[in-house]
Amino acid sequence: MSGPGRGPVRPYVLTGGRARPRHRLSVETLLETVDAGGAGLPVTAGRHEQMLWRLCRHRLSVAETAAHLDLPVSVVTILACDLIEAGHLTTRSQAPQVELPDLDTLQEVLDGLRRRLSA
Amino acid sequence: MDSADDSAPEPRHLASTVDQAMKILIVGAFGVGKTTLVESVSEIAPLRTEETITRASAGVDDLAGIEGKTSTTVAMDFGRITLNSRMALYLFGAPGQRRFWDLWEGLVTGAIGLLVVVDTRRLEDSFDVLDQLDLRGLPFAVAVNHFPDSAGHDDADLRDALDLLPETPLVHLDARSRDSSTQALIALVQYAARLKAQEKVA
Ligand SMILES: Nc1nc2c(ncn2[C@@H]2O[C@H](COP(=O)(O)OP(=O)(O)OP(=O)(O)O)[C@@H](O)[C@H]2O)c(=O)[nH]1
Ligand SMILES: [Mg+2]
Repeated sequence: MSGPGRGPVRPYVLTGGRARPRHRLSVETLLETVDAGGAGLPVTAGRHEQMLWRLCRHRLSVAETAAHLDLPVSVVTILACDLIEAGHLTTRSQAPQVELPDLDTLQEVLDGLRRRLSA
Repeated sequence: MDSADDSAPEPRHLASTVDQAMKILIVGAFGVGKTTLVESVSEIAPLRTEETITRASAGVDDLAGIEGKTSTTVAMDFGRITLNSRMALYLFGAPGQRRFWDLWEGLVTGAIGLLVVVDTRRLEDSFDVLDQLDLRGLPFAVAVNHFPDSAGHDDADLRDALDLLPETPLVHLDARSRDSSTQALIALVQYAARLKAQEKVA
């Protein structure tokens, strides 16, 4: 996908005609660019892929990247999957579990929330 | 930094030590205070994004009568709390109306649970949401948001009216207050922990 991507473009065009991501990404999955200091993406990469790659120089969730890029989550997910597959992007958190989080994790969440209460 | 290409403000990234992302869904009827709650607890200015839900329509809600596949675009707003050096919590506000339930399905996997915000001036608006949560067996707590013209209600009456199970947490909320909103989240997480502990002994 190397379209100029100016103006409103349908998600279908943005994602090179694909409709389904191939990695398990969720809205809260954390993304980070691989080799942020390196050469960067090939020139053939689309404008939105470039933007996503730059945005993820530091850790950010899928939802945050979607909001900052002003794209639907479903579109960002597909772009991110492409970049992951090509080795330019990686996930920094576990894929979501189907079960409830374990007790230790829930306790950590509780501790973190309680610390935020004003004394 | 080579970010001069974008007019958008530089986003607030997470620390590179954060490697676990949790989430809680904030649901409720129109105008009950979901966005207000997210805003009062979030460490970042609340963000907004869109999700498209596609499903086979079969006479549901206001799409009744339309056959075939339908797509609905739903705006979600969300916020973030960094809980400690390695864990972040995301809060997603999602509308409670029937036509958006398919959105929850996608969002709820891996979630700690849902906080249902309720406005006592329009309790009946919440019946649908609660029924659906019961049906799907999703862990939830109910937060009653108080508005200046809300009448005072007994907890027992509220539980009765909402047909809550005795173990379902019911808390009172001022969504504009960070402490109050945080307490509501704590009630939900405590409940999730109780459920998890029971799961273990069962
Ligand atoms: N007095 C009072 N007003 C509140 C409270 N929470 C929200 N409001 C007000 O109620 C209105 C609706 O709140 P929102 O947070 O936008 O509600 P929402 O659930 O996000 O609404 P939709 O996204 O449109 O469904 C706003 O004007 C808020 O300022 C509260 O705890 N107390
Ligand atoms: Mg809202």
